[in-house]
Amino acid sequence: MALSRRKFLNGLLGIFSLGGMAAVMSPVIQYLTPVKKQETAVSSVVAAKANELTPNTGKLFRFGSKPGILIMTPDGEYRAFSAICTHLGCTVQYSSEEQQIWCACHNGHYDLNGNVVSGPPPRPLEAYACFAKGSEIFVQRQKS
Amino acid sequence: MLKKITAWVEDRMDLSTVRHLMLEKTVPKHRYTFFHLFGGAALFLFVIQIVTGILLLLYYKPTAGEAYKSVKFIITQVPFGWLIRSIHSWSANLMILAIFLHMFAKYFLKAYRKPRELTWISGFILLVLAMGFGFTGYLLPWNELAYFATRVGTESVGATPLIGHWLLQVFRGGEDVTGATLNRFFAIHVTVLPLVIIGILSIHLLLVQAQGMSKPIDVEEKGKIPFFPNFMLRDLMMWLGALIILLGLATFLPWELGRPVDTFASAPAGIKPEWYFLSMYQILKWMPAALAGIPGELIGIALINIGGALVLLVPFLDRKASREERSPWFTIFGILALVFLVAITVYAKLY
Repeated sequence: MALSRRKFLNGLLGIFSLGGMAAVMSPVIQYLTPVKKQETAVSSVVAAKANELTPNTGKLFRFGSKPGILIMTPDGEYRAFSAICTHLGCTVQYSSEEQQIWCACHNGHYDLNGNVVSGPPPRPLEAYACFAKGSEIFVQRQKS
Repeated sequence: MLKKITAWVEDRMDLSTVRHLMLEKTVPKHRYTFFHLFGGAALFLFVIQIVTGILLLLYYKPTAGEAYKSVKFIITQVPFGWLIRSIHSWSANLMILAIFLHMFAKYFLKAYRKPRELTWISGFILLVLAMGFGFTGYLLPWNELAYFATRVGTESVGATPLIGHWLLQVFRGGEDVTGATLNRFFAIHVTVLPLVIIGILSIHLLLVQAQGMSKPIDVEEKGKIPFFPNFMLRDLMMWLGALIILLGLATFLPWELGRPVDTFASAPAGIKPEWYFLSMYQILKWMPAALAGIPGELIGIALINIGGALVLLVPFLDRKASREERSPWFTIFGILALVFLVAITVYAKLY
């Protein structure tokens, strides 16, 4: 089938229009995409003073720009995890009554190893290594 | 004087459409005529939103450091600031309630049927935009509840296949909910959404004016009511009722500010979104971690979207109504959907 001049020009116009739209949209989309900020990678932080927690309590601490949670188990052992719920990103807390880590947003429960006990979280909490040094409790990212 | 002005304008442009609307437009009179009034109430509350929103803009500061303080200043220092802010918050809720009532009323009257499919679709888009207003506006006081609601809401967007993470970053202005998110939500709330909603609302109202109000299938029509002034006066009574309820709520139950954001604090116990998001919240809460290898939150979000798509496409699904035949299954489906929505909302609120 022969291509008429009108159809050819209309096609060409369509292609140019698409190109024009792409030329407009591309910088807009790039403008909307947030600029990546250089963040200093934090490998270990002081999460608490040695005498700050009592058995069956927990506290939140800053791990770089994210919250972490340090727990002293009822047996007196320290455990640390990322405090960001793996479901939809709320910050978890320690429930002394249930002896579990709990997310108030959608009622997700994690045990003292960070594993999901109940609720919608799909994955365990990221576990950190923790150790006492002098009068401070240090938390550091575990080597994978 | 008025006649002279009218004549002057008429010399320059055709006013027959306006005259038709004022003098000749009628509304079908039947036992369900009352149900036509909720749309007008939503429109009235929207106007209140614009006026109070502009007033709040005079003092509000959209930065992470200043937002909470500026809202606190509005409600504690500015004369009647507490009232303006309370009216804005309550009116937003009542507006969404009015839109829901309007939608269900039109659904049960089968007003979506041919030739009003586009009116239904534009109305559905308006509901989504109104909820978008609620979601973006909720964050602006930069308080604790709003912070976590935004984290959950934007994280849900992140579950969208393929472009989810990019969308999440665009909404948040980064990986986390920060001051950048507040800036973006503010821009969306006060510029993008108003422009879009006024455009869609104009189409919606134009369609209503052009096509007139629908008459339910098989309902006996008891004549016509002139739109102006008879139906307009009923609209005014409805607006007056809405205003009385709004002022009562805003005055006697002033909207609370809550505690300021602490990005390193746990989500507080009992945290829940606004009532119009409770059904979605509960669905996400009920989802298991995974089902057949698919993440639970993705299934929950997919279910919510499928529900929305079904509502949007109702005019095309209900073929019988389009042929002016009764469609009892759609009525039953509507009743079930309404009962489910109310029940799940109440359940989520209580438990």
